[in-house]
Amino acid sequence: MKNKKSINIFKRAAFVILSAVMLSSFVPLLCAGAADVTINVYNWGEYIDQNLLTQFEEENPGIKVNYTTFDSNESMYSKIISGAANYDIVVPSDYMISKMINEDLLAELDFDNIPNYKYIGDVYKNLAFDPDNKYSVPYFWGTTVIMYNSKYVSEDDVKDKSVNLLWNEKYSGKILMFDNPRDAFGIALKKLGYSMNSSNPSEWDEAAEELKRQKPLVQAYVMDAIFDKMESEEAYIAPYYAGDALTISDENPDIKFYIPVDGSNMFFDSMCILKSSEHKTEAEKFINFMCDPQVSAVNSEEVGYATANTEALNYLDPELTENKLIYPESDFLKNYTEVFKNLPAPIQAVESQLWTNLKIESSTDGGETASGAGWIQIFCVVSLVLIVLFVILRGISNQRKKKLWRKPADGKKEVYRQL
Amino acid sequence: MNDSVKMRKAMTAPYTVWMAVFVVVPIALVVYFSFTNVGGKFTLDNIKAIGEFRGTYLISIELAFVATVICLILAYPIAYSISRMKDERRQQTMIMLIMLPMWMNFLIRTYAWMTLIEDTGLINTFIKWFLHLFGYEFEGFSMINTQGAIILGMVYNFLPYMVLPIYTVLTKIDESVIEAGRDLGASGRKIFTMIILPQSAPGIISGITMVFVPAVSTFIISKLLGGGMTYLIGDIIENYFLGNAGEVNYNVGAALSLVLMILILISMGIMNRFDKETGEEAGGII
Amino acid sequence: MKTFYKIYNAIIFIFLYAPIVVMIVFSFNGIKSRSVLNGFSLQWYSELFHDSVIMNSLYVSVILAVVSALIATLIGTFAAVGINSMKGFKKQSYLAVNNIPVVSPEIVTAVSMMILFVFIISFFNTLEMGFWTLLIAHVTFCIPYVVLEVLPKIKGMDSNIYNAALDLGCPPAKAFLKVVVPQIKPGIITGAILSFTLSLDDFVISYFNSGSKIQTLSITIYSMTKKPYSPKINALSTLLFTFVMILLLIINIRNFRPRKKAESK
Repeated sequence: MKNKKSINIFKRAAFVILSAVMLSSFVPLLCAGAADVTINVYNWGEYIDQNLLTQFEEENPGIKVNYTTFDSNESMYSKIISGAANYDIVVPSDYMISKMINEDLLAELDFDNIPNYKYIGDVYKNLAFDPDNKYSVPYFWGTTVIMYNSKYVSEDDVKDKSVNLLWNEKYSGKILMFDNPRDAFGIALKKLGYSMNSSNPSEWDEAAEELKRQKPLVQAYVMDAIFDKMESEEAYIAPYYAGDALTISDENPDIKFYIPVDGSNMFFDSMCILKSSEHKTEAEKFINFMCDPQVSAVNSEEVGYATANTEALNYLDPELTENKLIYPESDFLKNYTEVFKNLPAPIQAVESQLWTNLKIESSTDGGETASGAGWIQIFCVVSLVLIVLFVILRGISNQRKKKLWRKPADGKKEVYRQL
Repeated sequence: MNDSVKMRKAMTAPYTVWMAVFVVVPIALVVYFSFTNVGGKFTLDNIKAIGEFRGTYLISIELAFVATVICLILAYPIAYSISRMKDERRQQTMIMLIMLPMWMNFLIRTYAWMTLIEDTGLINTFIKWFLHLFGYEFEGFSMINTQGAIILGMVYNFLPYMVLPIYTVLTKIDESVIEAGRDLGASGRKIFTMIILPQSAPGIISGITMVFVPAVSTFIISKLLGGGMTYLIGDIIENYFLGNAGEVNYNVGAALSLVLMILILISMGIMNRFDKETGEEAGGII
Repeated sequence: MKTFYKIYNAIIFIFLYAPIVVMIVFSFNGIKSRSVLNGFSLQWYSELFHDSVIMNSLYVSVILAVVSALIATLIGTFAAVGINSMKGFKKQSYLAVNNIPVVSPEIVTAVSMMILFVFIISFFNTLEMGFWTLLIAHVTFCIPYVVLEVLPKIKGMDSNIYNAALDLGCPPAKAFLKVVVPQIKPGIITGAILSFTLSLDDFVISYFNSGSKIQTLSITIYSMTKKPYSPKINALSTLLFTFVMILLLIINIRNFRPRKKAESK
């Protein structure tokens, strides 16, 4: 009680500081700098050279970029549909773009504001998902490849360059798989020789069977965690996108990759502006910036993906542009790859259903995990028996004695008090 | 006096409004969504759809159950030994040390285990190196991405929740009762089963609920340590709401959460009853 | 038996602390590896401080925790006074509602709030999830804990002093501030600290209710666990751990001195 006064002063000071912090913090959070326009960019994870954002902000004073990332087309789509967040620019892939066009989510671009569009190669214009090229500007493109660690995977197993490597029992527990239905089913459908855009439910069923068969061999279903697991040799085999595979093999030279001859996915990720965007002109400025040949080259160099900007190719390291895995021959692309199309709604429902079934499968049965689950079940039964025995014994002993000294106690509240 | 009553009413008003709008209404919305389809018409399809996830519910309950039992087995001796320490300051320090990891971010704690139990993780590297010294070559255990790893994550994350309530109850046991028992010639085991264990029941029960509830509804542990190989009910709910695996369907998601909630309420009810039967008054968990 | 407990406790503590120690050790690693140590460096710390995403989310988290703790403490304390004077069914139902967020699994709370927000947003075009949804959600799950902390203190309070103040002509509001608040202060402070930590530590509820433009520290950490490994995460956890340890030490030293008698009743 003696030093009460000093405590009070201390407390007041703390209070003043706190409220100052609060006030100062509210300003940027709520008003977000009234003078500046903030454009919200929603892109794939690990898909940009972050320095470019600063460069853009420096070149365009008054425009701030709020850059956030997603890890699958589907999660991006659901964020936008739920209204959870308003974005200006999104970078979906081909099939998602056509879906979003169909649902009237995308705004028509004003190409007068995007003069750099002229550097985009003609082959990358008017693609099937956006036939009149009104809504999208290509960001990067690429293929889905299969990576393997040559230290552990024998040459014999990879020489036929097939997707069957992902089903090779020799490498059980060392195989990674896509954690999104579209890519995973794409591979399984190709393995069976079907189209990735199959509209035949029974073909999807067969593909689901293939994935179920593969599940006991799979170490984990992951997306960007593939980087780590491959580099640290935690896993030996994984399918992923070509640009990322290149980045990974730069980190760990033992990792090599190929485009499977059974057929692979060719994807285009394009920049689009959402209809709800309130800063369309500024967003177009950003798209224009990203299409600048030099910017595009820097970006491509960083992320390892193929650019659709033909002018940018001149600024790129020839080693990259001559890499046939990143820039395959156009004949090869025509014969061995397929672009995802937006699936009809019933097939989408089938896909989603089959995917969920695959994921909950292991819970109840399925090869290797079942043996792992065995001891868990035994444990459950044994402890249940013990509990029952304990309760019965206590019931007996309780009858024999009086309950005089038992005090109630509220453990949960106690925990928080102790905290 | 009248002023005072008015003031009290006015003071509760913000709370009443807040809880009504942000607790009661959301729960009502969950119920509403569970029984309607996307168009807003009444339907039981969502509830029926849950049948497909029976296995997932089972596995979630099973893993959470095992984790709870392990927590109980691990926590009891340590709580007991701490509560029997003579020095109170020492007791406080020990409890603080047990709680300290809880203050670390949950995700970081779980992530830390990832780096330990990977195939190329520290534990395996160490074992391999150790056996190599003796000339053995060893492949290493595969620990991560199994259900065992998920249980490990649950136990690690929620163990302190079990220790604390048991410890609190144990400190309240009157030492003289134990002494009386000893004077009357009871054996050590008898004192434990007849005095200490029954008296710690309320603590055990709140510990069990505090471990079981977060364990059964987790989706992060199964993601990080289970590698997406085992889906728990939390993962399914997350998928239906955030659409990470395709379809977004709030209705089925809401139905799943409703069932999860009811399951938990039922099990808590049973626990409370169990407590009532053996003790006298429920711990007041609900 | 004593040695058994000593060994046993040691094992449990190793189990609890091994991952943390490993994280701390690897935060000073000279190379970017999760299993090999090579040299000593502070580079990950400097990278951490230059990472604008992490720093921003730390800022958001702290602000969020402070503001939601303040609001929750205010609403909760007032409510506790009112609830305490209630009787019978009304009191029971208030307490029951109060306990909903406490007992229900986090994911259910998160999902139910998300449904509400999406429902609200569907009526307004320009609205989106962001700081306001986070704030509402955090305040909502903090209030019940404040009530649970303050309520027993009010119950244990001598209401005669308050009545005496009224009888002596003190207006109720002033009497509340001067008489009641000082008596229940420990409860209020614990409630506030509890809210602050709960909010700071929360992941699940923020994850569902943040939209995706604003990130709390937990969400940033979550996205870091999905990305290629960077020892920055270790550096961050080391700093958090040190911070928490210092905080706990301060609280405990403060507690031991004046309150020791009161604690050990």
